[in-house]
Amino acid sequence: MSYISLSGQDRKEMLARVGAASVDDLFACIPEAVRLGRPLDLPPARSELELVRVVEAIGAKNAAAGLVSFLGGGAYEHFIPTVVDYLSSRGEFVSPYTPYQPEVSQGTLQVIFEFQTLVCQLAGLDIANASLYDGSTGAAEAVLTAQRVTGRNKVVVARSLHPQYREVVRTYIKNMGVEAVEVGFGPDGRVDPDALGRLLDEATAAVVYQSPNFLGVVEDVRALSAAAHSRKALSVAVVAEALSLGLLEAPGRLGADIVTGEAQSFGLPVSFGGPYLGFMACRKDYLRQLPGRIAGQTVDKDGRRGFVLTLSTREQHIRRERATSNICTNQALCALRATIFMETLGKQGLREMAWQNAQKAAYAIEKLTAVPRVERKLSGPVFNEFALGLPKPWPAVDAGLRARGFIGGHGLAAAYPELGDAALVAVTELRTKDEIDRLARALQEVLS
Amino acid sequence: MIKEIREPLVFEISAAGKRAGELPALDVPVRKDLLAGVPLRREIEDFPEVSETEVTRHFTRLSQKNYCVDMGIYPLGSCTMKYNPKVNERLSAHPAFAGSHPLLPEELVQGNLEVLRTLERFLREITGLDAFTLQPAAGAHGELAGMMIIRAALEARGDARKIVLIPDSAHGTNPSSAHICGYAVKEIKSGEDGTIDVAALEAAMTGEVAALMVTNPNTLGVFESDIGLIAGIVHAKGGFVYMDGANMNALTGVARPGDMGVDVLHLNLHKTFSTPHGGGGPGSGPVGVKKELEPYLPVPVIAEKGGRYVLDFDRPRSIGRVRAFFGNFSVLVRALCYIMSLGPEGVREIAELAVLNANYIRKSLEGDYHLKYATPSMHECVFSDKLQKEHGITNLDIAKRLIDHGVHPPTMSFPLIVPGALMIEPTETESRRDLDLFIGAMKAIAKEAKENPDVLRAAPHVTYVGRLDEVGAAKNPVLRWEKKP
Amino acid sequence: MYPNDLRYSKDHEWVKVEGGEAVVGITDFAQHQLGDIIFVELPPVGKELELKQSLGVVESVKSVSDIYAPVSGVVAAVNESLGQAADLLNKDPHGQGWIARIKIKDAKDLDGLLSAADYEKFLEGLERS
Repeated sequence: MSYISLSGQDRKEMLARVGAASVDDLFACIPEAVRLGRPLDLPPARSELELVRVVEAIGAKNAAAGLVSFLGGGAYEHFIPTVVDYLSSRGEFVSPYTPYQPEVSQGTLQVIFEFQTLVCQLAGLDIANASLYDGSTGAAEAVLTAQRVTGRNKVVVARSLHPQYREVVRTYIKNMGVEAVEVGFGPDGRVDPDALGRLLDEATAAVVYQSPNFLGVVEDVRALSAAAHSRKALSVAVVAEALSLGLLEAPGRLGADIVTGEAQSFGLPVSFGGPYLGFMACRKDYLRQLPGRIAGQTVDKDGRRGFVLTLSTREQHIRRERATSNICTNQALCALRATIFMETLGKQGLREMAWQNAQKAAYAIEKLTAVPRVERKLSGPVFNEFALGLPKPWPAVDAGLRARGFIGGHGLAAAYPELGDAALVAVTELRTKDEIDRLARALQEVLS
Repeated sequence: MIKEIREPLVFEISAAGKRAGELPALDVPVRKDLLAGVPLRREIEDFPEVSETEVTRHFTRLSQKNYCVDMGIYPLGSCTMKYNPKVNERLSAHPAFAGSHPLLPEELVQGNLEVLRTLERFLREITGLDAFTLQPAAGAHGELAGMMIIRAALEARGDARKIVLIPDSAHGTNPSSAHICGYAVKEIKSGEDGTIDVAALEAAMTGEVAALMVTNPNTLGVFESDIGLIAGIVHAKGGFVYMDGANMNALTGVARPGDMGVDVLHLNLHKTFSTPHGGGGPGSGPVGVKKELEPYLPVPVIAEKGGRYVLDFDRPRSIGRVRAFFGNFSVLVRALCYIMSLGPEGVREIAELAVLNANYIRKSLEGDYHLKYATPSMHECVFSDKLQKEHGITNLDIAKRLIDHGVHPPTMSFPLIVPGALMIEPTETESRRDLDLFIGAMKAIAKEAKENPDVLRAAPHVTYVGRLDEVGAAKNPVLRWEKKP
Repeated sequence: MYPNDLRYSKDHEWVKVEGGEAVVGITDFAQHQLGDIIFVELPPVGKELELKQSLGVVESVKSVSDIYAPVSGVVAAVNESLGQAADLLNKDPHGQGWIARIKIKDAKDLDGLLSAADYEKFLEGLERS
């Protein structure tokens, strides 16, 4: 392909200037013994047209295209306004590096500053960073932040935190001297307050819970925060469905000290799990413990407003092994998409979208639980996702629904065997009344 | 591209009642008792309200305040700012990929799994390592996964050990990642030619050392010619060799880390394999390991069974997950497309021309700028401001003046072992014209430093804002917009 | 430049002995090298320090540097005003920019420190190299 811009003549002249007879001479510093003495065993070069054909053919082996999906569980299909794709694909946003030279990066820096502001407004907290990899690593970084802030080494983690997030937290804390204990949920699907009370002690750095939790239930953030604070532990709210922040009270206003999570819902396609958008907001007292990049406002010598990356002494390129995190590259372009998305929907649109999700989920609950032997599994309030109890194991139900054109949800048996035969069903604004009605009919057929 | 265009914050142009995004009317019966008992917000206070026209102009104007690879040479050392092929953007956004949910059953995502498995195969061949995970979201994330793999393997032997050795020229992510794996960091001083001092390594390499983290070529752009010997010393004491693959652009198709005694390696697909940097991410940091370490890779691992791809979660010795789902998938699609486009000769040409371009710049600027290490360069070269300091000019002044010439400055003040460093990596995709533009600008600046240093100190002169007050930004942090009371 | 009533370490800290306590700060040379100081991380009062142990961290925009205890002992007090005004280290390094008072454990530690004249000679040596 044609990404190389040197002609044969250029190469000849450049080698002459360098004083090398051939390109091979430039590799003389690599000992013969470690050189690869053969061509790489890769398929031959392809033209653009050939590439498009071969890669689209691979894509065609994915077989979910025609199915109507009710999947959620940490990745949500939402409407993406056209301006998001259009504006975010500009080369000026796609192809620069991290904005280390602020004079030629004011676009990226102002976007980060706006993103930080929007995250603070949604989370109800003072400060936010420029992004983290995803919700799962956000949860892990929040645990380590709580350890640094409190000097304590135990965290209580809700069993209703996304199972994959819990795994990532476990991986991250393994060698950092942090112990994680799990707190279960009651019949309403909310964190069991009595169990939490028993697990909290003077060594607890944080209570980490998700709201709406993995099973769709909105937690009592105020009560969880009060319980954490009674032991001087931090209240860490993880939000895997960022859209919920458009309707539910900001966790920071209910007592959460750190709000972290996944903002994929804001203009990012589900894209088989990534790239997504981790975010983190916290109280300003923890500023020096916050991981990741932060943009700040300042002025140039003529007093013109500008933005820079600031407070970098927290970061690995300066503080090295004592940095607040090892993160360097983050998810800047995803944060740009989320910023365009949030500004496009705006104050009314984001709330409207969130409200429609909740309304449609409520309607779906009504329709689906009207099917004989199908029930709500947990009684607590939900946003756009809920656990459905079924009279048959999920794989059989799933197969039947697929044959009728639906991905009806995500089976819960592996992660939550205590729920019996159950599935997690998500309903976003993309699902129509007709699709919900048809899903209910399909379910009835499959179960009869 | 009008210098005087000023773009306010979106919050400053917001006005009540405006909106861009519209949704269809709700098509289900409205429930009034929705979320009863749950605290709801009446509104998102101070959230922006603008029209679609305003959104479009806002971001278009902001975009015009960025320099980017699509505009010109971006020679940041150790960042590999090469051209990002456009067809890769198109294919990674194809609905077959972008529309597939990560919790879909594996029989419905055979295409995605084929992408992952094929990319793994290509990366194994290019690096000479035996197995890969594609889960890490960036280079530093790969370092973390890789060092955890080493720790897990050592723990399985009965002793995790305590220390990781890291050369003083290394990226800051190396010591930081080692720390999160529970290791103390011991720095190894570079020798006189800028490479690892083998005697110093030998002295430091004890039975307490878990691993050496080495970047090769190192951050000076110098190949560690003793890498075989170095790996031998580390292995003899039961340690592992971790290679930071940030500079893999110098080696593709020419030499393979797996053949040098490297046990664990991370790649940066957003460097070597052309995926865009996006103003700071998303990247992707796949980790390759030798056979012996394969059982410790993060879950899930993609396997082939009966002609189908399957996700293998049954990996009792795995370090666990480092991220939800499967990594930055659409970035992985781009990297796959890139390798498929180039083929074996094209992949080798990456290294060949990256090294030619860097040496062309080095040769052209020798004499104008000080070169602390005269050791041969590979894909990047590191000058310093030593000659210009005589006129009171620093690398910062040089960098800012380059902006006036329409080129992006190189990496500054890194590696730490070169005071006043200017670290230049042109990559293979630059044209002779753009290389000469950069060289000409650097030469003009060297001349100005002698003759008219004040113009350098006041640079840049052509941008929307001049040098910004970073001290003020850190002393009195303003990290978000707030409505004036 | 360097007051005669202070003693100096080769890590660029100064010490002023007052009774059994050592007032500790960083030297004018150190503040100049660091540039604008943004933040000082202070040790907790009561912390026991070995000789040369890190007692805190000084941050500028793009660097962090440890402050090493020039004498061993227990932290008796810290300069709380640095919390709001870290730039006192730039403005008045040998006076209002003091960092901590250490209750001296072993007076012999003081013997390892330099006089003002010797410290200035030491600095000249650094500038030549």
